[in-house]
Amino acid sequence: MIEAAIFEGLSWNPLSDVRQLVAFPFMVNALEAGTIVAVMAGVTGWFMVLRRQTFAGHSLSVIAFPGAAAASLAGLPIALGYFSFCGASALALAGIAGSRRSLSAESAAIGSLQALALALGFLFVSLYHGVLSGLDSLLFGTFLGITRGQVTALLAVAVAAIALIIFAARPLFFASVDADVARAAGVPVGLLGFAFLLVLGLSVAATSQITGALLVFALLVTPAATAHQLTARPALGVALSVTIALAVTWLGLALAYFSAYPVGFYVTSLSFALYVLARLTRVVAGARSRAKLTPASV
Amino acid sequence: MRRSGAATAVEEENPPGMIAMTTLNDGAGRPGGGAAVGFERAAVRLGGRTIWSDLSVSVEHGEFVAILGPNGAGKSTLVKAVLGLLPLAAGAVSVLGGPPGEANDRIGYLPQRRNFDAGTRIRGIDIVRLGLDGARWGIPIPGLPSRARASARVAEVLELVGATGFAHNPIGELSGGEQQRLLIAQALVRRPGLLLLDEPLDSLDLPNQASVAALVRRICQEEKVAVLLVAHDINPILGYLDRVVYVAGGTACEGSPEQVISSETLSRLYGAPIEVLRASDGRLVVVGQPEAPFVHGGRHAHD
Repeated sequence: MIEAAIFEGLSWNPLSDVRQLVAFPFMVNALEAGTIVAVMAGVTGWFMVLRRQTFAGHSLSVIAFPGAAAASLAGLPIALGYFSFCGASALALAGIAGSRRSLSAESAAIGSLQALALALGFLFVSLYHGVLSGLDSLLFGTFLGITRGQVTALLAVAVAAIALIIFAARPLFFASVDADVARAAGVPVGLLGFAFLLVLGLSVAATSQITGALLVFALLVTPAATAHQLTARPALGVALSVTIALAVTWLGLALAYFSAYPVGFYVTSLSFALYVLARLTRVVAGARSRAKLTPASV
Repeated sequence: MRRSGAATAVEEENPPGMIAMTTLNDGAGRPGGGAAVGFERAAVRLGGRTIWSDLSVSVEHGEFVAILGPNGAGKSTLVKAVLGLLPLAAGAVSVLGGPPGEANDRIGYLPQRRNFDAGTRIRGIDIVRLGLDGARWGIPIPGLPSRARASARVAEVLELVGATGFAHNPIGELSGGEQQRLLIAQALVRRPGLLLLDEPLDSLDLPNQASVAALVRRICQEEKVAVLLVAHDINPILGYLDRVVYVAGGTACEGSPEQVISSETLSRLYGAPIEVLRASDGRLVVVGQPEAPFVHGGRHAHD
């Protein structure tokens, strides 16, 4: 089977190109893992942008890097390093956020921690004496070498995380936009914030395995931020965020397969282009509606 | 679970009747239990400091009462005590016929707030909807009759506060007065028996202050809701009020605006000479009002 599949390059015939994409098992694994990660990142990212916790998400992704480096140094699966470091630091962030009112008040402390995490990651990679391409893929992502086991593990984590978010969707939305009123209405605001950070940590860990630690934002923030620009309806926003994350992941993987450049670059550039387009659309639409309103609303 | 009561109330023709019935029951159960809110010689301590003590205030059903006083006197503390978010150090309080915190699903609460900033991309109608079922777990299933009832109730309350025209816009893009109307709608959507509005007129310009005060007055009468409204300045609401609670000097006194906002009462409350002047247009001006920190330092050394 594997012998039968030969890399032919881009033929510009969509059908045969897609057939080529799924000819190698490693590519099938990559597409499946990418799909799982995109759905998870699209959902969690939408709430993260709503809650203005992108800085927390970024901190978690930077901390994912030493986690992965430490795991490869210790000869453990890299995914284990991602999940344990992100999970632990999500708990730590939740602790910091729990004692204060918000994470932004602690931005200096978190920033210092990020620098330490990057330095530690680099130390672990140096100790490993590994080839530098290892460092590249930890930071900027790779679609090579994703195993069946990893895909299954990602699926389990994603199903748990998304089920939790669906269960808590309305109270989490309430607590995110209107914490004081939500608390008075009996919503466990603190507990939800804690649980959400944990889910965010898991999403970052999962996303890191495709996009690398530094480009997690390409899937976690940019599609969600684009969705927030395009619609103010919550359900539609989550759906859009997932759709955009899926589209850029699939396209990014395909482009990376047919070219010499890394998948992280394509996913990031595509989602950034969509974000810029969404902002432009809003500016134009805003100008048009203002022009329409001005004569009447004076 | 408790919220199913609010959902069925949506169908009723005359929901204020339901609230009035509760009142009758409470009143029959034990004499004096008829007030929406009743503080008796209550005190609150925060971080070892007494905010106020010996506070006795009662608010009847369908009454519009303003809570006035200088910054830091404990007006928001009073609201939080009604919600059961802060325990009393002494005395007692009953809220809608029970201890505070137990009837919170029959209280509409609008916290002292910050406006939503321009980047908040959430529609006004979704904010109002959260007041109805935002605390429920799981996601709503489209097509159920309860969904249609909920949407109808949201539409009805938007109409009541005059927010139908802009409810579908992102709330961050609306003016302060429009946001305040939507937030009042959110507080009203579950047909509360008591509305707690903490500084709803803050950050509004004068015409908007007057129109929101008029709206609260109308809601109070039409929906038979007791309203406790915290305000800085009595003048924009003077014409709409039933009674005033003035919090100062570590305690409070209540009565009609004319009784409370007088040189005599305020001087007694502050323990310092205060003069209340009436301008020719009817506006009240309080002169010689000491700042709150002085009041606390002076009154609580022996607490």
